[in-house]
Amino acid sequence: MAKITMREAISQALWEEMERDPKVFILGEEVGVWGGTYAVTKGFYDHFGPERVRDTPIAEAAIVGAAIGASMRGLRPIAELMTINFAFSAMDHIVNEAAKMHYMFNGQMTLPMVIRTVGGGGRQLGATHSQTPDAIFAHFPGLKVVAPGTPADAKGLLKSAIRSNDPIFFIEHATLYQTRGEVPEGEHLVPIGKSTVQRTGRDVTVVTYSKGLEISLKAAEQLAKDGIEIEVVDLRTLRPLDMEPVLESFKKTNRAVIVEEGWLSFGVGAEISARIYEDAFDYVDAPIRRVAQKEVPLPYNRTLEQMALPQVEDVIKAVKEVI
Amino acid sequence: MDKMEHLDLYRQMVIIRRVEERAAELYQQGKIGGFLHLYIGQEAVSTGLISARRPEDPVITAYRDHGVAINCGISAKEVVAELLGKATGCSGGKGGSMHMADVTKNYWGGHAIVGAHLPIASGLALADAYNKTSGVTICMFGDGASNIGYFHEALNLSKVWNLPVLWVCENNQYGMGTAVERASAVSEMIQKASGYGMKGVRINGMDLMEVRETAEKMMAEIRAGSGPQFLEIMTYRFRGHSMGDPERYRKADEVHQWQENDPIGIHRKYLLDHQIATEEELNQQDDLAEKEVQEAVEFAESSPEPAAEELFKHIYVEE
Repeated sequence: MAKITMREAISQALWEEMERDPKVFILGEEVGVWGGTYAVTKGFYDHFGPERVRDTPIAEAAIVGAAIGASMRGLRPIAELMTINFAFSAMDHIVNEAAKMHYMFNGQMTLPMVIRTVGGGGRQLGATHSQTPDAIFAHFPGLKVVAPGTPADAKGLLKSAIRSNDPIFFIEHATLYQTRGEVPEGEHLVPIGKSTVQRTGRDVTVVTYSKGLEISLKAAEQLAKDGIEIEVVDLRTLRPLDMEPVLESFKKTNRAVIVEEGWLSFGVGAEISARIYEDAFDYVDAPIRRVAQKEVPLPYNRTLEQMALPQVEDVIKAVKEVI
Repeated sequence: MDKMEHLDLYRQMVIIRRVEERAAELYQQGKIGGFLHLYIGQEAVSTGLISARRPEDPVITAYRDHGVAINCGISAKEVVAELLGKATGCSGGKGGSMHMADVTKNYWGGHAIVGAHLPIASGLALADAYNKTSGVTICMFGDGASNIGYFHEALNLSKVWNLPVLWVCENNQYGMGTAVERASAVSEMIQKASGYGMKGVRINGMDLMEVRETAEKMMAEIRAGSGPQFLEIMTYRFRGHSMGDPERYRKADEVHQWQENDPIGIHRKYLLDHQIATEEELNQQDDLAEKEVQEAVEFAESSPEPAAEELFKHIYVEE
């Protein structure tokens, strides 16, 4: 199997799906002539043409709104929002329109659309361009929220998202684009709404996703040297949330640490730990710990920024606390 | 337009009027919940406009949507049933007054966030541009919507992409209780369209024939590839913004003055003056409308509530 980057894996998924289905098209800022600000759609404009790789004005509500309207009529738009921070400019269309339409009109309208966006901190872009607000989007019934942590999952989940008939908010982490991994060529589908175990272990269950997966797997290597084996469960989809692998793992280890890049308060960790307490209380041997971003707007300065972001050492510390 | 169509459009206006009057009663009886925005006074706008469309032309509007729903072919029964939240309503009782749609009639709904459906309309129109099909999207909204960013993003995008859409501003001169000149930098909405290089036409919305003829002409131009155009239709709502409106922002005299320009009365006079229909024939249409609305209310009142299992249905296509 080929070892490729997350960027290449996402690009492959888009290319293959556009080749497969003429109803699939891309719209967004700089997706065409420029080739995508993260170079994900490089070469697409020349190959698929301006009708299917549509450069838009800098107007996020128009981008998502147009994708909604086109999808209602049976097209399969992939709307790219340059960063998740700009998704706030389209918040109404994401949560008030895309997430509601199917239900509110009693199933008459279906929205086979994907919103692809890039999140995460760690690149010294300052407070407005570095957020990880994934949990906010996962709050709304009607929307599906996907955030892959490996190149293979990125490809397989994105292909599934494009083929899905529900509106999907697909979050890529900016600092994972260069991550390499084995990715099956051609047809490779990963189901949406399925968590998975990325590393097996007996001592502590670490629940995470996206960038948190990378951090947790690094922590696992170091902890293994001390004889501590953590089991890493990757959520992959935040809504609908698949708790089965989490609970199964927890019932074995009786201890859990949740790792996310977003802020602690009202975050993914809060949700997961609440569900473990609710559904597996009898198995709890130690208080569940959460590793997350410090509660500050991310600063520009590199040292300060890294202090605010969750680190491998934070995961190691939390794991040792629950043992 | 042949005589049959004339009578049909006249009857549609009367049906809308009667549905709204009955809705007001049902609201006061506590049978309709939430908000209720009546279309009384504006009937000629959507009736004339929608009569100019072909079946392949998608329609989308804002929350004052009962009239448009009827013009698009949703029965009075399904409209009143939706107002009562019944399973037989056009949105299964899940949408309510502000969210009526029937996709099979190419009517993409009532949308309740001011201005938010304009970008969606761009997308509806994009589907025709993308598929190289001949539909022209009609997007209706109020003057109040022209002040929110979505309006500007949508108009701009439609022009940049040369989308087949007719933007229709129903200028009823108040965004809720705020008069146009207190909320908008320009009181003529077509000036905003000109900012996006778009042809704009401003007409009297109390006259069904004027609406119909203008819309037909503009839709034909758009269908021929002119790109988006902007139609501003001057109108007036005879009732408050919604049922809970104290109407402190306008004088009774102003309302009475407009009521003398009742669009149904104007069209009735037109049909009589042009000897298209007789008094007797029009009275007959009034009776038919009355009967249809009476049956609609009875149908809605005797319809079942949505089943409990409906609560969790249609959140997703793929669970």
